[in-house]
Amino acid sequence: MPQGKLYDSPQAALADVQDGSTILVAGFAGHGVAERLLVALLEGGSKDLTLVYRDGPYASLGSGPLPAIENLVSNGQVAKIISPIPFSPGSGGAIEESWQAGWLDIEIVPQGVLVERLRAGGAGIGGVFLPTAVGTRFGADKEKRSFLQGEAVLELPLKADYSLIKVAAADTLGNAIYDGSGRNWAPVMAMAARITVAEAGLIVEPGELDPEAIISPGIFVNRLVASD
Amino acid sequence: MVDEKERLPREVVAMRVAKELPDGGFVNLGIGIPTLVSNFIPDGSVVFYHSESGVLNCGPLAEEDEQDIDLINAGGQFLQMVPGMAFFSTVDGFAMIRGGHVDVTVLGAHQVSATGDLANWMLPERGVGNIGGAMDLAAGAKQVIVAMEHTDRQNNAKIVQDCTYPITGKGCVSLIVTDLAVMQPTPEGLVLKEVAPGWTVEEVQELTAANLIAASDLKEYEL
Repeated sequence: MPQGKLYDSPQAALADVQDGSTILVAGFAGHGVAERLLVALLEGGSKDLTLVYRDGPYASLGSGPLPAIENLVSNGQVAKIISPIPFSPGSGGAIEESWQAGWLDIEIVPQGVLVERLRAGGAGIGGVFLPTAVGTRFGADKEKRSFLQGEAVLELPLKADYSLIKVAAADTLGNAIYDGSGRNWAPVMAMAARITVAEAGLIVEPGELDPEAIISPGIFVNRLVASD
Repeated sequence: MVDEKERLPREVVAMRVAKELPDGGFVNLGIGIPTLVSNFIPDGSVVFYHSESGVLNCGPLAEEDEQDIDLINAGGQFLQMVPGMAFFSTVDGFAMIRGGHVDVTVLGAHQVSATGDLANWMLPERGVGNIGGAMDLAAGAKQVIVAMEHTDRQNNAKIVQDCTYPITGKGCVSLIVTDLAVMQPTPEGLVLKEVAPGWTVEEVQELTAANLIAASDLKEYEL
């Protein structure tokens, strides 16, 4: 029998994170965020990380991704951020200050481009031509082609070492379901990482979840920790 | 002084935009005046709201005591659960946008050009901005309507011949609705279709940095 997917703690599930890893962090406006995993990443102390996430500026909603990502940045663990909404300009904070000081690299990517780059990475697609960045600075230095629908820009796949996702429930094989808008980036990020770690609200035995309802099949979910 | 003359309230701008939404259409509303549009859907009409948070058929905002942490709109506001709602991942959410399945998006703007270029993601003096999903909406929605104040707070024109701010999309805006006028960008230039009550074409032109072409059927702002 292979080792099971269930880990005792978030720290154990992330114990092998190396310096220089690329890590996908699922969540939308502070919701659907694997908060315990982010704390474990902070405690683990790995450095030169590249973090990929949708947004940070929604800290006021509660324990959103920003405080943890801010903490990772102020702890000197992050070298680069790839995001459509990396921080709220003018708000201060570690991300903005580190970026201004020049030691944090930020790559802004339109949201729908980022999601397709991750999908390409996760699905083994060599690249995708998207119309989104045509005529803007995001398309300036990229290969372009004209199709029946018009001009499009070549966007390259994005793959990661880890993805940290939050799921409503998973069985011990990693088959996972979500709650409402908590789904957001998790399914595609789970596909695009070598190791996906899911923080689950509920962990059950195989057979307890309806196979028709599974959103992220267990092949995409490598490790499981309970969210409390 | 034109600068001090009374302009239409934001709610009236939203009401005017609401008239443009197709009955039974799928609509994505941006933040600011666009969000207000949902309050003014004409009686008898139905509009299905798409949110890139992963919700289709968004209903009203939730009361404070019934907020569900996993039911939010794109602005992070809590939604009520309503019959007919559907949830999806970000991949599907942007396929809906990019694939032309969203009929109309209503967005705010820093600048719009006479030919419909949109700049709404970055103020150059800040050196950084949040692109979010605006660029995908501009490129993918069947129709892009801009709803905004006609000028910025210092009365600088937001409607310009050519955008000086980094653009979100080229030639994507099909209608501009402001607190002074309704305008339609065309390849020939900016056509002025409606003017706010009490305002003249000359007064609107004074606050617009693009040449306005008065429509042959130019009329008063129509609600």
